[in-house]
Amino acid sequence: MTSTEATRADVCALAVAECFRGDGEIMVSAMGTTPSLGARLAKSTFEPDLLMTDGFNLLLRRALPLGAKPTDGDVEGWMPFGAVFDTLWWGRRHVMMGASQIDRFGNQNIACIGPWEHPKAQLLGVRGAPGNTINHVTSYWVPNHNARALVAKVDMVSGVGYDRAASLGPEGSRFHEIRRIVSNLGVFDFNTPDHRMRLVSLHPGVELQQVIDNTGFELVIPEGVDTTPVPAPEVIGVLRELDPQGYAQKEVVV
Amino acid sequence: MNDKRMTVDEAVAEVTDGMTIGIGGWGSRRKPMAFVRALVRKGVKDLTVVSYGGPDIGIFCATGQLKKAVYGFVSLDSIPLEPHFRQARQNGTLDAVELDEGMFLLGLRAAAQRLPFLPTRAGLGSDVLKINPHLKTVKSPYDDGEEFVAVPALNVDVAFVHMNRADASGNGQALGRDPYFDNLFCMAAKKAFMSCEKIVSTDELVSGGPLQSLLINRMMVSGVVEAPGGAHFTECPPDYARDEKFQREYAATAKDEEAWKAFRAKYLDVSEADYQKAVAS
Repeated sequence: MTSTEATRADVCALAVAECFRGDGEIMVSAMGTTPSLGARLAKSTFEPDLLMTDGFNLLLRRALPLGAKPTDGDVEGWMPFGAVFDTLWWGRRHVMMGASQIDRFGNQNIACIGPWEHPKAQLLGVRGAPGNTINHVTSYWVPNHNARALVAKVDMVSGVGYDRAASLGPEGSRFHEIRRIVSNLGVFDFNTPDHRMRLVSLHPGVELQQVIDNTGFELVIPEGVDTTPVPAPEVIGVLRELDPQGYAQKEVVV
Repeated sequence: MNDKRMTVDEAVAEVTDGMTIGIGGWGSRRKPMAFVRALVRKGVKDLTVVSYGGPDIGIFCATGQLKKAVYGFVSLDSIPLEPHFRQARQNGTLDAVELDEGMFLLGLRAAAQRLPFLPTRAGLGSDVLKINPHLKTVKSPYDDGEEFVAVPALNVDVAFVHMNRADASGNGQALGRDPYFDNLFCMAAKKAFMSCEKIVSTDELVSGGPLQSLLINRMMVSGVVEAPGGAHFTECPPDYARDEKFQREYAATAKDEEAWKAFRAKYLDVSEADYQKAVAS
């Protein structure tokens, strides 16, 4: 990828980066290609204080291109799994996870399809999603926005949504926040009175009806929906440097 | 000091049908695979395995030795979902206790500290509590009165871990960048066994890496096994990386009964020495 014209994947990467704006000196854990690229874009541009690992156990002082191996000069600290758990329970973390299914309150499923006792399809399992979502800020990335992913009811609640968190009361839910969902079609949040999912912006070239038709529940649609910002040429330049192989371009369904 | 050196087969002699075993490492990283292979040769049945799961759980699913799996995940890392585990789950043949990864750690810590449980927010509001009706919550006895998940201790009968280096009396060294939780597995167990790439003198052990790498001390283990390649095909840095080619071959056997039989005959129904010869060729 050498073109300086913004693709849908570039728009998504910037929208992901924007999820981390204002986070400051906390650890970002971004699962998957576009989340990794977006988080690195944020660190390289407007959120230089973010802490990020190499995906294993090294904290890196600068954002490396996707797939690049860190050298000793890139390292600033150590984050083995024991320290990851301590950090997430401490709350100084913002994770962006994928979601095989997600509902209108942001309940996320990565565990299985069908009944858990005898799944039709075993997926990843709940992994760290329950602990992440109840302890610190979470955002989600959905590369293929359709009515099988954005569903009325998820098969198994792995990541906790707003209705489940509210049922815990103000004490139990006080560290719960789902910042935003970025899909290949738009950006969504939960800034509504009852924390139902709201359309924030449509990516350039996406029609509102396309989002409605591909969402398995009724979204809150405010008047005058914005268009997701398109990265400026210099931002596209940073994205090309951070993803020279164009991995994110292949991930995003247009 | 006690000389605790023994063979893998002597170590697994302690394991009998129906036991709960803890397996160290993480996913497809520094797994005590020589012990796993020895348990397959021994043919113990109805095992409960407690593990940050990888091919250990997968292999026991495939051999039918596993009754119950207690896990935070079961992954081969470069292959996100363990294929034999997937098969067992989708066939409905496995009794599974699926926990959040952090809950799993607290269960190990509780066992190591001889506590019945440790409290956490992880799991609250999620279906982890629904699929595990044995999990209970606990109310803070202090003024906050907050409700937490009480993660029950993950006590195990026998634990197995693999280190880079060890001495004959059971001091063990993890030279990779992540110690994982192998010390807790040993402390959560009635008895623990450690394999290693190389048994060295205590002097060599202490000078072979930073003191922080001495993760296991001799109180924690009843036996030490020198098993070069003992974590193969999982990674054991800095000694070796994961054998991705071999792992792909293993993973492919989940979809092909004949391929699994051939894999088992070639790599599992053989001695550890013959296994190492087979993978070297």
